[in-house]
Amino acid sequence: MNYGLSTNWGIIFAAFAFWLFAWFFNNWLVKQEGKKHNLKNFNLIAVPIIFGITLLVLWEGMVRGFNVPSVLLPPPSMIWERLISSTDILWLDFKQTFLKAVLIGYVLGCGSGFLVAIAIDRSPFLQRGLLPLGNFVSALPIVGVAPIMVMWFGFDWHSKAAVVIIMTFFPMLVNTVSGLAASNVLERDLMRTYASSYWQTLFKLRLPAASPFIFNALKINSTLALIGAIVAEFFGTPIYGMGFRISTEVGRMNVDMVWAEIAVAAVAGSLFYGVIALIEKKVTFWHPSIRGGRN
Amino acid sequence: MSNKNTVISTKNMSLTFQTNDGPVHALEDINLEINEGEFVSFIGPSGCGKTTLLRAIADLEQPTKGEIKVNGLSPREARRTRAYGYVFQASALLPWRTVEQNVALPLEITGASKQEKKEHIERTIAMVDLKGFEKKFPWQLSGGMQQRVSIARALAFDAKILLMDEPFGALDEIVRDHLNQQLLQLWNKHKMTICFVTHSIPEAVYLSTKIVIMSPRPGKIAQIIDSPLPKNRPLDIRESKQFLDIAHRVREGLRASHSYDEEEA
Amino acid sequence: MERVFQSKIFAILVVLLAILVIWYGAAIKLNTPWQLGVYERAEITQWTKKQFIKDTLNQKRPVLPSAHQVFSEMYKTTFLKPINSKRSLVYHSWITLSATLLGFAIGTCFGILIAIGITHNRALDRSLMPWVIASQTIPILAIAPMIIVVLNAVGLSGLLPKALISTYLSFFPIVVGMVKGFRSPRNIQIDLMRTYYASPLQTFFKLRWPSALPYLFTSMKVAIAIALVGAIVGELPTGAVAGLGARLLSGSYYGQTVQIWSALFMAAALAAILIMIVSLVEKHVTKNMGAKS
Repeated sequence: MNYGLSTNWGIIFAAFAFWLFAWFFNNWLVKQEGKKHNLKNFNLIAVPIIFGITLLVLWEGMVRGFNVPSVLLPPPSMIWERLISSTDILWLDFKQTFLKAVLIGYVLGCGSGFLVAIAIDRSPFLQRGLLPLGNFVSALPIVGVAPIMVMWFGFDWHSKAAVVIIMTFFPMLVNTVSGLAASNVLERDLMRTYASSYWQTLFKLRLPAASPFIFNALKINSTLALIGAIVAEFFGTPIYGMGFRISTEVGRMNVDMVWAEIAVAAVAGSLFYGVIALIEKKVTFWHPSIRGGRN
Repeated sequence: MSNKNTVISTKNMSLTFQTNDGPVHALEDINLEINEGEFVSFIGPSGCGKTTLLRAIADLEQPTKGEIKVNGLSPREARRTRAYGYVFQASALLPWRTVEQNVALPLEITGASKQEKKEHIERTIAMVDLKGFEKKFPWQLSGGMQQRVSIARALAFDAKILLMDEPFGALDEIVRDHLNQQLLQLWNKHKMTICFVTHSIPEAVYLSTKIVIMSPRPGKIAQIIDSPLPKNRPLDIRESKQFLDIAHRVREGLRASHSYDEEEA
Repeated sequence: MERVFQSKIFAILVVLLAILVIWYGAAIKLNTPWQLGVYERAEITQWTKKQFIKDTLNQKRPVLPSAHQVFSEMYKTTFLKPINSKRSLVYHSWITLSATLLGFAIGTCFGILIAIGITHNRALDRSLMPWVIASQTIPILAIAPMIIVVLNAVGLSGLLPKALISTYLSFFPIVVGMVKGFRSPRNIQIDLMRTYYASPLQTFFKLRWPSALPYLFTSMKVAIAIALVGAIVGELPTGAVAGLGARLLSGSYYGQTVQIWSALFMAAALAAILIMIVSLVEKHVTKNMGAKS
């Protein structure tokens, strides 16, 4: 696999050395927590970042050291170069895929899942019938409906948003229904002693109690939406969009462009997930999993 | 004068927890000597450190100052040589194991042979009067029965020391009385040394030869009362004058140690 | 009689029936424009409603195929074609299924190992766990084409690249679930093991692993479903030759809507069967562990 160039052992050695050093450093950092109590918060951010940097260094080192053809796996430095030189294309794709298909599909899909859950809240019959089906559909390869959506809604972002809506609807429905069932009998009886109406009980007790479940679905859906929109574009799209760019650049073997798109997608996805997680912390601060405990 | 063997001793022992809200002085300057064959109860309000003291003896917590000796060894060595059995507030039975499998757990860890296991399990299950329930799962038993299983389990490797942390706290009074009696019989028969943490004054007085009253914030030993009650105690000794006297002394000791003060806001 | 109305199965059946009715209604509505065009071109000016409905529900390339079209196509390509024929749904299903199962198996083993590492080593927990979560924001399905092409160029083709995509997708739910599971023993149970001076290995086998089993099965159900999706998407880039994903793609290229729907339903059926198998294994295992039946 050398393609005539000799292996650069110096770089490889340096990369491994960095890895070992970073590993021991991380281990030391974590051990110090026993002595300095405030170190924990610092470590929560520092340690994964050090680990991530190590991965990047290893990647760069391996690829350059072994002279791996960039068509196979480009080094991070090359991807970075491509990133900064193609910001206009990347922004165009991002607008098309993320801002339109993902966000609009996500809001509509989660919104309708939530509303349907409330609509069937008063009908145990519908719940009994729809919940198992909802669980079932969640497990299905829903991206498969993308060609059908393209057929119905055309090539543009509407068909991709439709796929996202379908993908995000069911997890939201199932989780909201579970969440609404989660408030304890004792608390519900309490509301009854206040003669509170259905809607009051819903807003003051059951929805807040359901929020951990709802946020669980919102987080899952954030990744699903992004994946759904991009994969849906594999089945047909106008000449821009992240999925489009990925599939065409793969065909042209411009692998660094593909990785640049992925980097954008990963960052966008992480930020999306992170924003939701932050809101979750604020809203469900009372829940044990957010409060944290021993362990 | 009987030969007194000191089984558990602490010397100037202190334990401070570091928490997000600052240091908590769970125990301060604890000096204690427990001799072989004694039944010692620890009583006091919440926050007085009685559970922490028991856990420190069991090497589940580490003291920040001073020393603890169990059987002349450090708590860690004592734990390694399995010198004691520990009974928790809840039965802590593993729900996927039957009663006999639960009792077998410590024996599996110490690597006992099949024959030894069988013999120990049979004996300890009979000790707590649960013969016939060996193949049941924990959720099929009542709370009192589950606690009895956890006591059987604690007796599994014939340790002479038993450390019990409010073991009957979650049970109703009738079951509690019954278990108290059984525990006394066990103690008498096998000459065990028992450290027993409780909230209940009658229970402490009924079971113990020595009652240690603790006070909170920081956790200290306020008073130690030696109980002159005879070793064999039927249940209705609890209505005798002697009993009520001791209970009165305990209550007074608790009052003196600010146990009945209002909680600080 | 009251019990029947209260049962889950009855509710599901009613909902399914409602879905079927809506489906047929939608099919008629969506296929009507095309049908009108067909009649116009064939210069048919008189038709009965019954004839019209029958025709809309049996078009060769409908906008929305009707249920009986989909199921009869599935039946044809499953039972009436030899298994090794390129048109057999069984053949395509097996291609997808084999990649799914291999990827799922590797992903599960890998995931459990990572979870064990994270639970027992705090540095690993702090450094790895955030990246495990972040790894899911990398839309691996999106780079599936690239992975396949790249691996093909290196000489790895066919089953393995697809399986690797399934592995990547399935290991995440397993890691998250098993870390939760390995950490699920209550403090009191961990203290119990400490009073026995149990080694970490003993604590693992006697306490953590049995406690984690319910979490294992729950995550395996999620993992196997998503492994299936991975295998299907992995079939898209290689020019759509074999597998359910290939059937989907070629159906969309050639406008064969019935083929698309039958491939989709087959994928759905596979997902359902795989999850059911995991459930059965779970029931069997937990019965021996004293689960309430």
